[in-house]
Amino acid sequence: MKRRHEKLFLRVDPILCDGFGHCAELAPDIVDVDEWGYPIIKDAPLDARRDASLASANLAVRGCPRQALWIERIANTN
Amino acid sequence: MSAPVLPRVLQGATDRPLTLAQHEAMWGQWRPRRDLLDELDRAGLTGRGGAAFPTATKARLLRDQHARKKFVVVNAMEGEPASHKDATIAQSNPHLVLDGALSLATAIGASHIALCVAREKASMVNHFERALRERERRGSLGVVVEIHTPPGRYIAGEESALVHWLDDNETLPQYRPQRPSILRIGRAPVLVDNAETHAHVGLITRWGAEWFRSIGTAQSPGSMVVSVSGAVTRPVVLEIALGTPLAEVLAAARADTDPQAVLLGGYGGSFLSAEHLSTPMANEVLRPLGASVGAGVIVVIPRAACGITETHNIVRWMAHESARQCGPCAFGLPALAEDLAQLVTGGRDAAAALTRMSERSDVIEGRGGCRHPDGVVRLLRSALQVFAADAHRHAAGQPCAYAGRSRFATVPRLELENDLVWE
Ligand code: SF4
Ligand code: SF4
Repeated sequence: MKRRHEKLFLRVDPILCDGFGHCAELAPDIVDVDEWGYPIIKDAPLDARRDASLASANLAVRGCPRQALWIERIANTN
Repeated sequence: MSAPVLPRVLQGATDRPLTLAQHEAMWGQWRPRRDLLDELDRAGLTGRGGAAFPTATKARLLRDQHARKKFVVVNAMEGEPASHKDATIAQSNPHLVLDGALSLATAIGASHIALCVAREKASMVNHFERALRERERRGSLGVVVEIHTPPGRYIAGEESALVHWLDDNETLPQYRPQRPSILRIGRAPVLVDNAETHAHVGLITRWGAEWFRSIGTAQSPGSMVVSVSGAVTRPVVLEIALGTPLAEVLAAARADTDPQAVLLGGYGGSFLSAEHLSTPMANEVLRPLGASVGAGVIVVIPRAACGITETHNIVRWMAHESARQCGPCAFGLPALAEDLAQLVTGGRDAAAALTRMSERSDVIEGRGGCRHPDGVVRLLRSALQVFAADAHRHAAGQPCAYAGRSRFATVPRLELENDLVWE
C-alpha cells in the first residue's frame, strides 16, 4: 500500500509511560502534557507531507526512554 | 419436561446450591451441542458482565485460533461492591455455570477451563469446588477444570487483569489498543466470559435459541440477574426479563418506588433520574440516555439523600481501586475525588472544583491502559447531569441537609496503601 493512502498517528502505551514528558519536548507540536506530566497526543493524523510533524513524531518515538510511543498506520478506506 | 419462564438461571434458588442429582432432575443431563455457536447467535446472548458483547462473536474468534492449548475462563470475580448476582448463582446452581463452560470449551476446542473466584469469597469458592468434585466423581470431563482464587480487588475482575493473573500472578490490566483482542495465558488463547453468561449458555445448550428469545426484547433477548440495593428494605438479587420497566423491577425488589435517581450498571455506570423510571431495562433504550444495564447493578437513591455525596463516595473508592499503572488514572481519579470532596462541603473552592472536575474528566477520558478511568468519568458526568441543581447549590455554598452522609452507594473500607495485594 502506498503511503499516501495511509493515515499516521502517534500513540502512547499509558502503562509503559512514566510521565517525565520527554516526548513533549521532542515533539511540542504534537504532544502536550496534562497537569500530572503525562502526554496528551493531538488527535489529528500526522501530516506526512508537512514533514515537520512526522519528523518530530519519529524523534519522540526514538527518544522515549520507556519505548512507550509508536506510530500507528491506519489504511485510508476511501 | 417443560422449560420454565422465570427464573431461569436462578431456578431452584435457595441458600443451598443444587446437587448434581437435583440439577439434572431439574434440567436434564448436560450434553454438548454441535451447533452451539450458531444457536448462541440466534439466541442473541450478550455478555452479562457489563460490556454486553455478543457471546457467539467472541467465541468464534477463539474457535478460529489454531492452538494446541486453549482456555475458557469463567469470570466469577464480581468485584462490583453492589453486585451479588454471581454469588447468588453460585449459591443456587453452580452446575449450570459448569455446563456453560463445558459447552463453550467443546465449541471452541478448549483443553482447559479456569474458574476464577475471589479468594475472599470463601463460600462461593466452596460451592464451585463441591460442584466440580461431584462432576469429576462421575467420570472424566474431557477437559482440565481448575478453580483459581485471585485476590478480589475491583480491577482484578477486569478481564485482561484476570488473565494477567492466571498467566503471571499479577492482577494488573494489560494495554489493548485494538479490540476485540485475544488475551493469552503463555501462548494459549483465552475466552473470558462472566459466570452468569456461562449459566445462560448452559441453558441455551439444552433449550435452544427460540426458548431463550421467548422473553426479553427483540434486541435484548432473554433474562438477566440484577442486584438491587440502596433505598431497599434489604438488598435483593432477582432475575428479570430484559425489557422490564425499571419501575417494575424496583417494585419487585421492594425498593423505594419514588426515588430521585437510580445508579445503573455498576460503579462505572450512570445515574438515571427518576423521570426515566418507566424505561425498560434494555440497552437499545438505555444507551441513548447514556446508560446501560451493565452488570445488572441498580442502586436506588432516595429523595432523602445527597447525590453529590453518594458520587463522591463511589469516585473516591474507584480512585483507590486504580491499578496505578497509568498516570491519568493514578493521579487523575484521586484529583476528581478531591474536587468532589470540595463540592460536597460547599466551601470557598466548591465552584472552582465543579468547573475543574468537568475539565479534568475531559483530559482523563480515553487515556488509561484499561477502561477503569472511563467508567469513573461516565459516572461523574451522569451525576453532574442528574444532580445538576444540587451541584450548583453546593457550588454556591448551600449544600443540602444530607450532604456528607453517604448511605446508599456503599463501598468496602478503603485499605491502607501498604496493604494492597496485587498477587
Ligand atoms: S517520553 Fe515516553 S515515557 Fe516519557 S512521557 Fe513521553 S511517552 Fe511517557
Ligand atoms: S487505567 Fe487505571 S486501572 Fe487501568 S491499567 Fe491504567 S492504572 Fe490500571
